Amino acid sequence: MRGVFDIVGPVMIGPSSSHTAGAARLGRMALSILGEPPAEAVIELHGSFAQTYRGHGTDKALVAGLLGLAADDERLRDALNMAAGRLQVTFVTRDLGDVHPNTAALNLTGVSGRKLRVVGASVGGGNIVITEIDGYAVELTGEYYTLITVHRDKPGVIALVTHVLAQEGVNIAFMRVSRQERGAQALMILEADQPIPEHALAAVRHVPAVQTALLVPPV
Amino acid sequence: MVRFSRIAELVALAEQQQKPVGYIVWQYETERSQRPSQEIWNQMHLNLAVMREAVQSGLASREKSLSGLVGGDAARMKDRLQDGSTLCGSAVYKAAAYALAVSEVNAGMGRIVACPTAGSCGIVPGALLAVGEGLGCDDETLVQALFTTAGIGLVIAENASISGAKGGCQAECGTAAAMAAGAIVEMAGGTPRQVGHALALALKNMLGLVCDPVAGLVEVPCVKRNAFGAVHALVAADMALAGIESVIPADEVIDAMHQIGLVMPKMLRETSEGGLARTPTAVAIEKRLFGKND
Repeated sequence: MRGVFDIVGPVMIGPSSSHTAGAARLGRMALSILGEPPAEAVIELHGSFAQTYRGHGTDKALVAGLLGLAADDERLRDALNMAAGRLQVTFVTRDLGDVHPNTAALNLTGVSGRKLRVVGASVGGGNIVITEIDGYAVELTGEYYTLITVHRDKPGVIALVTHVLAQEGVNIAFMRVSRQERGAQALMILEADQPIPEHALAAVRHVPAVQTALLVPPV
Repeated sequence: MVRFSRIAELVALAEQQQKPVGYIVWQYETERSQRPSQEIWNQMHLNLAVMREAVQSGLASREKSLSGLVGGDAARMKDRLQDGSTLCGSAVYKAAAYALAVSEVNAGMGRIVACPTAGSCGIVPGALLAVGEGLGCDDETLVQALFTTAGIGLVIAENASISGAKGGCQAECGTAAAMAAGAIVEMAGGTPRQVGHALALALKNMLGLVCDPVAGLVEVPCVKRNAFGAVHALVAADMALAGIESVIPADEVIDAMHQIGLVMPKMLRETSEGGLARTPTAVAIEKRLFGKND
C-alpha cells in the first residue's frame, strides 16, 4: 500500500502532477543517468505531452529537471531562461508508438560529449517510470536508490554485484536484467531500500565484466 | 501492526484504541516507512505550511495563468468577504475562496501540495484552513487532520482510483472532498464513525463527475470545481455531526465509485474529447491556444 505522502503530497510546482511534477522528475532522472550536465537536449514529446506541453509547462519542467531542479523548486517556471547559454534544447512532437500517453524521449549530449537516450513516462500523481535507456527496456521509478550496470552477459556477474550490496547491508527491493542478445552487452538495474555507498559502487566497478556502473539517487 | 485497507477497518482501529483516525494513520505511516514518527509529523507540518502559503498568495494575486483562462477569482472573493455582503456563512465562503486561491496558484505554476492530485489541490487546504480558523484550531490539530485526510485518500486509492484519467473528476475532486469531510468532522470533535459517514456523504454526491478539462489544462472547470468541492466537504461534515448517517456505508460508496470509473467513457476521463471540453467555447479556446480545431 502507498504511503501517506503519496496522498498528501508531493509538494510541487503546478499545474499538473503528471505533466509538470512528473516531467521535472523525468528530466532529473535523465540528468542522473547521464552523470554530467547536458549541453544539448533533443526532447521528443508523445501523446498528451505532445498535445498540451505548453499549457502545462511540461517543456519548462523537463528542462528544469535537466538543470537539476527539483519538482518543488519555484525557479521551474523560469527554466527555459535559465537554460539559455548552457543547455541547447529542442522540442519535437513525435508518435513514439504504443506507449503511455505521457511519454518523453530525451536525447542528451553531455558536456564531455557523452550521448544518452532515455525514454520515460509520467504515470500520474508525479510518479514516473523510465522505460528505456539507450535501447534497453528498463523499468525504473526513481523512488529507490538505484544501481545501474552495463556488463557482459555471462554467468556469475549478477551474483558478484549483489554480493557487494549484501556485504553493505543494502536490501534490494526490485531488480531487472535485460540484454540485447545472448552473451552480448547486458544492463542491470537494482533498486535498493538503503543508500548505496560510493565504495560499494567502486567495488561493483571492479567486478570483471562490468563495463559501467552508476548510482541514481531517488528523485 | 497498523493495517487497514477499508474505511470500516480504519474506523474500527480508531474506536478500539480510542484515538482519532488521524493518529492511527500517523502510526500506520511510522510503521510502514520505518522512519521516526516525529520526522513524519514534521513532514506533514511542512505540507501544512505550503498549503497556507498557497492560500495567502492565491488570495493576494490577480495574475492570470499562462493560458489567461483563470486567475484573480480568489481575490474577487476576498474583496466581497471584506464588504460583508456574502450569502454563505463565513466558514463556507472562506472554504470556497481558499480552495480557489490554491487552485489558482497551481494553474499559475506556483507551489502547492498535491492532495491527492494537483488538479484537486485546493479542496483539502480550503476546507481545513477555513474550518480551523472558525474553530480556533492550533497547528497540531490541523496536522493531525491532514493525516486523517491521507488515511481516507489511501483507502480510496487502494479500492478505486485518485486519477482523473482512470476514474474521472470524481476520483480527484470527489476523493479530495471525501478526505476533507472526514478530517473536519474530527477537527470539530466528531467520532470516528462520524468521520466515515461524512466522507461517504461527500463522496456520494460527487459520484459520476467527469473529467473534461478545456484544452487539456488544469484550469477550466478544475479551478472552480475545487471551490465547490471544499463547500461539499463542509456540508457533509455538518450533516454527519448532526447525526445523519449515510445509508450506503463508506466502503460501498468507494466501490461504487470504482465501478462508475470502469464504465465511464474514455472521452470523459481527462482526454478533453467530451463534456465541457467539446463545447463551442472550449473548442474556440483550444484553437486560440494551440491552433487546433478538432
